[in-house]
Amino acid sequence: MSVETTPAERLAAFLARTPYIAFLGMRAELAGDEMTAILPFSPHLIGNTLLPALHGGVLGAFMEMTALAQLAVITGGPRPAKTIDVTIDYLRPGRAMDTYARAEIKKAGRRISSVHVEAWQEARAKPVAAIRGHFQMPTAG
Amino acid sequence: MVKPPDFIAAMTGSLDEQAARHMVTRTPQTEALGFQFVSISEARGAIRVPWRADLVGDPETGVIASGVVTTLLDHVCGLSIRAANAVPQGTLDLRIDYMRPARPQADLVADGHCYKLTRTIAFVRALAHDGDPDDPVATAQAAFALIGGGA
Repeated sequence: MSVETTPAERLAAFLARTPYIAFLGMRAELAGDEMTAILPFSPHLIGNTLLPALHGGVLGAFMEMTALAQLAVITGGPRPAKTIDVTIDYLRPGRAMDTYARAEIKKAGRRISSVHVEAWQEARAKPVAAIRGHFQMPTAG
Repeated sequence: MVKPPDFIAAMTGSLDEQAARHMVTRTPQTEALGFQFVSISEARGAIRVPWRADLVGDPETGVIASGVVTTLLDHVCGLSIRAANAVPQGTLDLRIDYMRPARPQADLVADGHCYKLTRTIAFVRALAHDGDPDDPVATAQAAFALIGGGA
């Protein structure tokens, strides 16, 4: 396993290698070891045209990808972690605007990690959704 | 944004097959993912998502991303609530367990069952499989708030 890469390189590699991240249009920025994921608004993310609101599945998927990206930042290998389970809480409607998310790794295990993610739009103190998830860490080598 | 009458019927009217098909295939996100209507019956619904290269999570395995499964399960839960003649306002929570990776380049089918309605809440179970419902890729448990329930 190569550990010669920087966190920024590992994040960029994760984002670039995942076709579904391009489908969402998701980006991420790293400030030191703190990552912020960004989901720019796009019409194809809408699930309810009456409100309009982002599809709930999109918000859940965005936060799950945020967790995987944060795990990629702390692990050296080329393989991504795998999702074991996620519990998504929907707190407010996801409006037709940009969404942000930050992940907090509650436990970085050798085999299994536990990650919490919150997503927000206009104000970080008013999250639109949150997840808790367990992730199988990539095997070394 | 345009609000065509058939969309409103799909979201609030009694759910015939045409309205169900519309709900599955004609929202921007489900259209982008290529969702296909499979079936509805009493408090149950099913949706298929055909495999596509741009929906893959890990290009080394060619398996559809777990995020697609999340949206598929969320949507089939909403469909099964509509098939129980209730109108979901939004998802409260959705718990997903990923039992195993889907087969590479496999289509996925999700089955949902709204097994309990209260005045304000719908409780739903769903699973996603790649051919055999007895060997699911993922299972889900969700609670939805209902419109008109005074919540």
